Amino acid sequence: MSVEWLHPLLIATALALAVIGAVRRVNLWRAGKPDQINLIAGLMAMPGRYLHDLHDIVERGKYMSRTHAATGGGFVLSALLVILVHLLGIDSQILAWALLAALALMFVGALFVFKRRLNPPSRISKGPWMRLPKSLLAFAGAFFVLTLPAAGVLPEGSGGVLLTVVLTALIIWGMGELFFGMTWGGPMKHAFAGALHLAFHRRQERFGGGRSTGLKPVDLSLAQEIGGVLGVAKPTDFKWNQLLGFDACVQCGKCEAMCPAFAAGQPLNPKKLIQDMVVGLAGGTDANYAGSPYPGKAIGNAKGGPDHIITDGLIDPETLWSCTTCRACVEECPMMIEHVDAIVDMRRYLTMEKGKTPNKGAEVLDNIIATDNPNGYAPASRTNWAADQNLPLMRDVKEAEVLFWVSDGAFDMRSQRILRAFVKLLKAANVDFAVLGDEELDSGDVARRLGDDATFQSLAKRNLDVLSQYKFSKIVTTDPHAYHCLRNEYNDFGSDALNRVEVLHHTTFLNQLVQLGSLKLSPFTGAKVTYHDPCYLGRYNGEYEAPRELLRSMGIEIAEMERSGFRSRCCGGGGGAPITDIPGERRIADMRMEDASSTGAELVAVGCQQCTAMLEGVVEPRPQVKDIAEILVDQLVDSTADSSVGQLAREVH
Amino acid sequence: MQPNQFKVDVASKLKIVSLVSVGKHPQSGRVRRSDQDSRAVELGLKLTGDNRSGESLTVLHAGDPREQSLRSYAGMGLKSVRVLQLDPSADAILPLGQHLLQCGADIVLTGVRAESGESSGMVPYQLAEKLGWPIVPRVANIVSVEGGVAEVLQALPRGQRRSVMVQLPFIASVDSAAPEARQSAFGPASRALMDIEVVSASVDMTRESWEEVPARKRPKRLKVVKAKTAAERFKAATAKSQGEGGKVMKNESAVEQAQAIFDLLKEEGVLR
Ligand code: SF4
Ligand code: SF4
Repeated sequence: MSVEWLHPLLIATALALAVIGAVRRVNLWRAGKPDQINLIAGLMAMPGRYLHDLHDIVERGKYMSRTHAATGGGFVLSALLVILVHLLGIDSQILAWALLAALALMFVGALFVFKRRLNPPSRISKGPWMRLPKSLLAFAGAFFVLTLPAAGVLPEGSGGVLLTVVLTALIIWGMGELFFGMTWGGPMKHAFAGALHLAFHRRQERFGGGRSTGLKPVDLSLAQEIGGVLGVAKPTDFKWNQLLGFDACVQCGKCEAMCPAFAAGQPLNPKKLIQDMVVGLAGGTDANYAGSPYPGKAIGNAKGGPDHIITDGLIDPETLWSCTTCRACVEECPMMIEHVDAIVDMRRYLTMEKGKTPNKGAEVLDNIIATDNPNGYAPASRTNWAADQNLPLMRDVKEAEVLFWVSDGAFDMRSQRILRAFVKLLKAANVDFAVLGDEELDSGDVARRLGDDATFQSLAKRNLDVLSQYKFSKIVTTDPHAYHCLRNEYNDFGSDALNRVEVLHHTTFLNQLVQLGSLKLSPFTGAKVTYHDPCYLGRYNGEYEAPRELLRSMGIEIAEMERSGFRSRCCGGGGGAPITDIPGERRIADMRMEDASSTGAELVAVGCQQCTAMLEGVVEPRPQVKDIAEILVDQLVDSTADSSVGQLAREVH
Repeated sequence: MQPNQFKVDVASKLKIVSLVSVGKHPQSGRVRRSDQDSRAVELGLKLTGDNRSGESLTVLHAGDPREQSLRSYAGMGLKSVRVLQLDPSADAILPLGQHLLQCGADIVLTGVRAESGESSGMVPYQLAEKLGWPIVPRVANIVSVEGGVAEVLQALPRGQRRSVMVQLPFIASVDSAAPEARQSAFGPASRALMDIEVVSASVDMTRESWEEVPARKRPKRLKVVKAKTAAERFKAATAKSQGEGGKVMKNESAVEQAQAIFDLLKEEGVLR
C-alpha cells in the first residue's frame, strides 16, 4: 500500500489550518486600539528578546528554563525541518539527521515537562495543559520514527500497515496540538502569541534590561467627545498589543504565587484576570479555565466578548480594586505581561466614567481635588509640621542644590517623625536644600492608582509649573510613591522643569552622603534587623542596594526575609488598596509582618511612610518598625566642633 | 423594606427640579459642588430612577454657565444642566420662579443654604412666597408620592425625623442628613451639555451696597459639663435639647398663637 502522499498532505493541511487560525487570531487583536509600534524593528528584535529577556526570567527556575529550551528549541527546529524533509520532500541525509537530532532534543525536553506535570504545584493550570506533554511526545516520537527511513537507518517502506496507522494517528494528534492548536487557542497558543508579544510589546523599553513602570497617561480629550470612553470599558478599548499580550499567557501561575492580594484571600488572582481578558477578547465564558479561581468566587459564571462591558459579567469590580499595584506579578511573569496596566486601565473607566470608586475612594478623590491632599486638610497647613524646623522655602531662596519633596506625609504625625529625622540628617551633612512649602501639592499617586487620571494630570501639571520656577539639581523625597511619580510619570506632560534634575529617594541620597563621609555614624548595637523593600522603590525603581548599604554602614547585618529584593511582598498599602479596602481572609500587612518576624528580627527597617503605617498597624507583639532615616538619626555622631554645625544642631533640637 | 425605597403612582409623571449653586470648600475655599445642593441632586436622581423611569429631573442653576462647579454636578451622571444665564449682580428669584412655573415642576429641591455668596438660606422661602407653594425645610428624604401628595421626612436635631404629608407642587430644602451625593465622574462631567437660556432680571440693589468680608468664627460658649458618670454624659449628649421657657400652644385660637409668636419675637428683639 502506498501512502507516500498521506503524510505530506496531513502536514500541508495542518499548516494551512494553522495559517487560517493565525489570521483569525490576529484579527481578534486588531480589534483593539492602535498603538505606535515599529513592527519591523520589533520582529527583528524578537529572537534576541526571546533568548535574553524572556529567558532571564525563566532562568530564575533552572528546571523549567532548561526544559523549555530543549522542548521549545527542539520543536522550532523540528517544525522547520519537518517542512523541508516531509512536506517538500528534500532528499538529504544531513537534513534528516538534523531532524532526528532536533526531535530527540524535543522528546527529552517533553519528558521533563511530563515529569513536572506528574505532581504539579497548585499555581499552574491543569485542563488542556495536562495533555500538552503527551502531545509533545506524540509529535516528537512519531516524526522520529517517520524520519528514520530518510536518514537511511531503516529501509524505505519498512513497517507494516499497523505502524503506519499508529504513526498517522500520532502525527495527527501531535500536529493538531502543535500546529493547529497554536493558532486556534490551545495551550501552544502561547508560542505564537508570545513571540509576537515580544516583538510588539507596549513597553519596548523593558527589553535589554530596561525598566518601564510609569503608567501611560489617558487622552483626556476623549472626555469631550460624545461616545468617547476614558479608560477601558470593553476588551476592544485596550491597545491591540495589550490584547496580544494577554493571549501570550502560559498559565504558569507565577504571578498568582506572588500576588499578596491572592494570598490574603481577596478576590484577585492575576492569572485568572489575564485569562478572563482572553475570554473577553475572544468571547465566551470562563468554564474551561482550569486554574485557581479568584478566592471566594466560583468559576464558570464569567461571560464576556470583545464588545461587552468587562465589569458587567466578566470581572467583578472588587477584583480590580483588590490590587495594590505592587507589580510582583509583572516582575515574575515570564511572558512579560503587564497586569498592572490592565487593572488600572479598567479602574479608570470605573472612576472617570462610572463614578464608582468603592468605599473611601470617592471621598479621598474629592478631597484631593478640593484641597490637594487626600484628607481634606487646609492647603495652608501643609508646612505646619515644620513650624520649629526653620526650613528654607524655595519661594524665598529660589535656588538650592537639593529640593526636598516633603509629600503628604506632612499631614501625618507618624510620617512627620520620618521627615524630621531626614531634615536633621540634611542639616548635619550641611546640605544646601529647600522645600516648596505650601506650593507643593499631592503628587497624584493615589488619584492615578484609583483611576482618576484627570486629577493626576492636573496635579502633575501644577506641580511641574511650580517646579519650573526654581533652580535645583536634585529632588529628594522620603516617599517612594512621590519618587515614582516625579521620576517616571511626570515626563509625559511636556514640561522641562525636571530636565537635568536627578530625582532621588532619600535612602539613595543619604547613602551618597555616608559614602562621601558627610555623615558620621556610630555603629548600631541594637537587636537583629531586617529590611522591607517598598514596591515603589524596589520593583518600580530598581533601588535595592542603597538602603542595604546604608544599614551595613552602621554595622547592621541584615537578616533577609525569604521574600526580599525583587520578590519582596507588598505591605498592602499601595494602589489605594487601604482606601478601597476590599475584604479578604487575612490582611496583607499581617502576612508581611509574619515574614519579618520569622527572620527573628526585632526591628524592621523600611524606606516608606506608607509601609511604616501599614506595618505599624499590625497588632503587637511584633518587631518595631522604623524608617532608615530614623535609624540613621539615632546613630548620628555630632562630633565636629565646627561652629556652624553646632548652630544647626541647636536649631534642630 | 428600606425606608428610602421610593413609591410613586405611575399615572402622573413627576417633574423634579433640583436647584444648584456654586459651592465653596470649607478648608481651601475652592469652588466645588455644594454639599447640600448635591444631596438635592442625589435625591432628585433617586426619585426619578436616575432620570430614566419617565419621571424627569432637571438640574437648574441661575448664573454663569461657564462656572466649573456646575460640571461636578453633571459628573453625577446628568446629560445636561439647565442654566439661566444672568448678570452676577441680578436677583435670581424672579427668573427662577418663572422658569419653575413654566416647566411645570412638581417638586423643587434646594440646599438649606448656599456655601458662597449671600448664603442667607432665603432662596427656597422667597421662591415659595413668589409661587404660593408650601415649603418643607430640611428634608432628609422623600418617601412616597401618591395621588398628588408626598410623604416627606424632615430632619430634626440629633437624628430625629418627622414625617409630613404635603400637596404637590412644593419646595423642599435638603438637609445635610439626606443621603450623601454619589461620586462625580470626570467623563460625564466633561461631556454634559450646558443648556443655556439667557434671562434678564432686575439688579439686586440692596446687595449692591454691601461689602463682603470673610466670616470670622464666633467664639463658642464653654460648656460646663455637670455629668458625673458615663451614663449621665451619654444622656446629655443624646437627649433632646429642651428649650427652656417655651410653651406648647395647641388648643388656643390661631390669633392667640400668632400673638404669642409676635410677642416673643418682640421680646427677643427680632421685631422692633
Ligand atoms: S500572566 Fe504571566 S506569570 Fe501569570 S500565569 Fe500568565 S504567563 Fe504566568
Ligand atoms: S500588582 Fe500585586 S496585588 Fe496587583 S495583581 Fe499583581 S501581584 Fe497582585
